[in-house]
Amino acid sequence: MSVQLPSAVLAAAEHGGSGASPLVTNLALVVLAGLVGYAVISKVPNTLHTPLMSGTNAIHGIVVLGGLLLLATGSDLGVVTQIILFVALVFGVVNVIGGFVVTDRMLEMFKAKPKAQVEATPDETKQVSR
Amino acid sequence: MSGLAPAPVASFLTDPNFKSVLYIIAFALFIIGLSGLTGPKTAVRGNRIAAVGMVIAVVATLLVDPFHNWLLIVAGLIVGTAIGVPAARKVKMTEMPQLVALFNGVGGGAVALISWAEFRQTGGFDDVATYVVVFSLFSAIVGSVSFWGSNIAFGKLQGLIDGGSISLGKAQLPVQGLIGLGAIGLAVAIATGADSELLIIGVLVLAGIFGILLVLPIGGADMPVVISLLNAFTGLAAAAAGVALDNQALIVAGMIVGASGTILTQQMAIAMNRTIVSVIVGGFGGSGTAAAAGPAGAGGGTVTSTSASDVAIQMAYARQVVVVPGYGMAVSQAQHAVREMAKLLEGKGVTVKYAIHPVAGRMPGHMNVLLAEADVPYEQLKEMDDINGEFSRTDVSLVIGANDVTNPDARNKADSPIYGMPILNVDESASTIVLKRSMSSGYAGIDNPLFVDPKTSMLFGDAKASVEAITEELKAL
Repeated sequence: MSVQLPSAVLAAAEHGGSGASPLVTNLALVVLAGLVGYAVISKVPNTLHTPLMSGTNAIHGIVVLGGLLLLATGSDLGVVTQIILFVALVFGVVNVIGGFVVTDRMLEMFKAKPKAQVEATPDETKQVSR
Repeated sequence: MSGLAPAPVASFLTDPNFKSVLYIIAFALFIIGLSGLTGPKTAVRGNRIAAVGMVIAVVATLLVDPFHNWLLIVAGLIVGTAIGVPAARKVKMTEMPQLVALFNGVGGGAVALISWAEFRQTGGFDDVATYVVVFSLFSAIVGSVSFWGSNIAFGKLQGLIDGGSISLGKAQLPVQGLIGLGAIGLAVAIATGADSELLIIGVLVLAGIFGILLVLPIGGADMPVVISLLNAFTGLAAAAAGVALDNQALIVAGMIVGASGTILTQQMAIAMNRTIVSVIVGGFGGSGTAAAAGPAGAGGGTVTSTSASDVAIQMAYARQVVVVPGYGMAVSQAQHAVREMAKLLEGKGVTVKYAIHPVAGRMPGHMNVLLAEADVPYEQLKEMDDINGEFSRTDVSLVIGANDVTNPDARNKADSPIYGMPILNVDESASTIVLKRSMSSGYAGIDNPLFVDPKTSMLFGDAKASVEAITEELKAL
């Protein structure tokens, strides 16, 4: 699984002829992702901080990939390792799916609901006219 | 990692470059999705975009040939979904902080377990590059801290464990330091060649104890900071696991969460005028002595108590009413009753706004979620800096279960433990009504002169019951 990213930053790191080690390219990603995260999240208003937290919470459920990877590529895992990875997988899935579902629920509530009010008003007038 | 030459048909699907491209698409979607969270209109779509990115990342990870353990993988996906979805669907909005803590914990637990499995699979990290060992052990330690710490936070928020500060007193810091050093020491032993499995178990256990000791001394009002911090921890642990596994999707997603959690933690600490360190070391003001102030609450002076009908009349003839919600509103689930009352007031031509302190509740933005659940329009929710200038033009401020975030001592009294903390300037409004269970003091355990201010009247009782009583009186007017 060599990393082949088309970025100029990584190209610079690959100057050593035989290519940079995955560590260096991955560290470049660590730095860039951290800075991007900082830039994006700084713009989120206080009012949306709870959904933000639960949304980012869902995203770190990406650890599920680690469990999937080790299971899917592990040809001769012992039973104990299989159990450990199974629990890790379940944990990760709970984190991801639960996180996205609950964030969706919360954010739906922040949406303006003019439709519901418009629908309610004619109903009321109908009742009055009856 | 597969090492096998792929069969021609499957060659393009299992080509590492194809996988890398899918990962790039996935983390681009995470970033686009999170940028959507900057506004209420784009937020739902943003969250779904991020979820699509997650599906792509999962599919990309499963494109391996040969594919092992598919039965376990399918079972894991089903069991995880069966646990996570109902929990997410059924949780009450007031219980959101617990659920986030819990989901955060299992994420951290997953990282820790993955490191353990890696250790086993490689025979104690034999023939593995040193940096892989280091990052793997880092994710084991931080993941375990996050798992156990989050579970303690969950227990405290859910009321399973005493919500106040539980600590070893003076022994706390040395004991915790020793345990932390122990975990690191065992990790160093592993990294330098020892490969007994007891060592990695020892690392996980010691890190777990460290996590428990980290969160136990932290009291209720500091919970938002802790949850956010643990969220950042899990993100960093995931990123470290990504470096160890050479998995770019994990690295990017983990770092974004790590960065966002760090920002949020910092912002909250600033909103409380404290450093992250002083929150973690525990006790308000860093010393814990503030709690000695006793239950007097108002520290002398006369408290004016009022009735629901007086409050109703006062608000019905106001031009502007500002509602200041706090944790008390969440505890008594009063948000729907508040919205009902506000509707009646608006029907009488009163302008109603909500003043939200950044650390009101048990999670940043907690009040906003509760009020949004009760269909309060987003535009009426005002952040502290926007509303503070308006209190002087406000006829009635209605404080519902909030205390420390309205305490004028934070502005006026230099020796107060909360001096310097930005507050909502409720005392500048023409009159203030405080709904409160009793005269007990807030989390900080300090007097609140707002309660004895001549312009303030108190309506004692459960927040929801009080608001409902006021609503009934408003209907009768």
